[in-house]
Amino acid sequence: MDGSLGKTRARLATAVLFAVLAVAFVASFLLGPAQLSAGVLFAGLFDGHGAAGVIAREIRLPRAGLAIVVGAALGASGAALQGLFRNPLAEPGVTGVTSSAGLGAVLAIYFGLTAASTVVLPLFAIAGALASAGILYALSRRGVGAVALVLAGVAIASLTTSLTALALSFAANPYAMADMVTWMLGSLKDRTPDDLYYATPLVVLGIALLLTASRGLDALTLGEDAAASLGIDVGSVRGRVVLGVALATGAATAAAGAVSFVGMVVPHVLRRFYGYEPSKLILPSALGGAVLVTVADVVIRLIAPDGQLLLGVVTAMLGAPFFFWLILRLGRTA
Amino acid sequence: MIVFEHVAAAYGVRDVSAEFPRGTVTGIVGPNGAGKTTLLRLALGLLSLTSGSVVIGDKPLGNWSRTDLAKAVAYLPQGADAHWPVKARELVTLGRLPHRAPFAPVSPADAAAVDAALARADAARFAARRMDELSAGERARVLFARALATGAQALLADEPAAYLDPAHQLQLMELLREEAGRGTAVAVTLHDLSLASRHCDRVIVLDEGAVAASGAPVQALSDATLASVFGIAVERGAGGGVGAIRRL
Repeated sequence: MDGSLGKTRARLATAVLFAVLAVAFVASFLLGPAQLSAGVLFAGLFDGHGAAGVIAREIRLPRAGLAIVVGAALGASGAALQGLFRNPLAEPGVTGVTSSAGLGAVLAIYFGLTAASTVVLPLFAIAGALASAGILYALSRRGVGAVALVLAGVAIASLTTSLTALALSFAANPYAMADMVTWMLGSLKDRTPDDLYYATPLVVLGIALLLTASRGLDALTLGEDAAASLGIDVGSVRGRVVLGVALATGAATAAAGAVSFVGMVVPHVLRRFYGYEPSKLILPSALGGAVLVTVADVVIRLIAPDGQLLLGVVTAMLGAPFFFWLILRLGRTA
Repeated sequence: MIVFEHVAAAYGVRDVSAEFPRGTVTGIVGPNGAGKTTLLRLALGLLSLTSGSVVIGDKPLGNWSRTDLAKAVAYLPQGADAHWPVKARELVTLGRLPHRAPFAPVSPADAAAVDAALARADAARFAARRMDELSAGERARVLFARALATGAQALLADEPAAYLDPAHQLQLMELLREEAGRGTAVAVTLHDLSLASRHCDRVIVLDEGAVAASGAPVQALSDATLASVFGIAVERGAGGGVGAIRRL
């Protein structure tokens, strides 16, 4: 039957994704402005001695690791949001969740709240993400359609982006302009091991929460009433998805800024290998998101080794045309 | 068996007493806004009562756990469709959710129930195809199979015949009759009075949230009821079935 064929396709896709991720991870670790050979870097990674040790442990490894964590958060969040809203356009960037997480992070930094504890930054970002995810959730409850939901996301995104700019203009900081661009477009440049340590558990927790909702998301394929008639607590599913997305996306944004479109492109591409059921897409989308962000972060360093090119620029250049194409396709089928 | 006693709720249900016995197809008819869908949603616990009671099987609705109720009462909502183009078989398998422990895979018993439901709904032929590749009539049968896969002893179907061509409407009504023949309590809302008069054992006529008439189709859909509730007069076919309709 086609079931076994489908499983073979899914296994093959998983194997390819892991292989690409491994190669891209190593490439990410080896690339950087300091011209060090692979041997020197690996030696530095294991013994931690000298400049190579510092570069390997404090700069390269956090950057390569964060690419995986950020990508996984955005991919899984996109898959879950699409399942919840039953809308292939939904993803953290387009729905304004990443930009409001960015606003939360900027508020924490520029009003000096991060001095209290390093965990304040991700917490503010998560609170920001939760606010916009909650607004979208309330709108979807009122039966707002697929495109209207995305328009609401656009409004949230432009509001939070301008509030971010406002916050940065008030902050007495000579680097405000540069920081603004980094927060709005997203970058993995100059991250510290702390960023990785705080982001990872929060992202893992967020994705775990999304996985607990996966069966409910499958049932929502039939609509809310039918899902409820199957014994699914639809309100609890919504709550877990909104909270899971806020945790994962908020933590990812606190570490890397607002990276867009990953959560839209990845689940869409993976559907042909894993099928359309939301539960089958969450973990593969986490893996696919990790691959996309790691590869994109390698590519920008190959194109512009001096660090002028930001991660979000590449994902948006990839994602925005794809977004148009999806809208055209939706228009044809609707 | 589902019993409503003096039920009132939001969305215009004012006072409804009705029975949906096992082994019987009960048609629910009424003008738009009469409270047909609301009645079904009340029996599923999707809306709360403001007064009266709903008893399902041997206990009141409020005493059922979410999962047990899902196993006992299946629901086919109005205008139901798949929001993702999943394969027909995957969609029908969703009907087994109330029987599966959290994170448990599909068991052989679940698979057997899905096969049986597909066969009973005459949908086994296209089980491996995606929902967006099927015709409206085929999709309706897959969704019907999804409701059957729950193995529930009561089936509530909201306008399952809408949007179907006449042949598929008749097929769907025959499938509902077959389920009643297996001992299921079938409640079905219908706009088509002709279908209701020919394919239901009993008919409940709702008007502005209250029962205007009920009983065997010929009695419930009497000329007087049709005139007062729907504002129509009908020609009668063989056995008193509803034929051509004109506005009064």
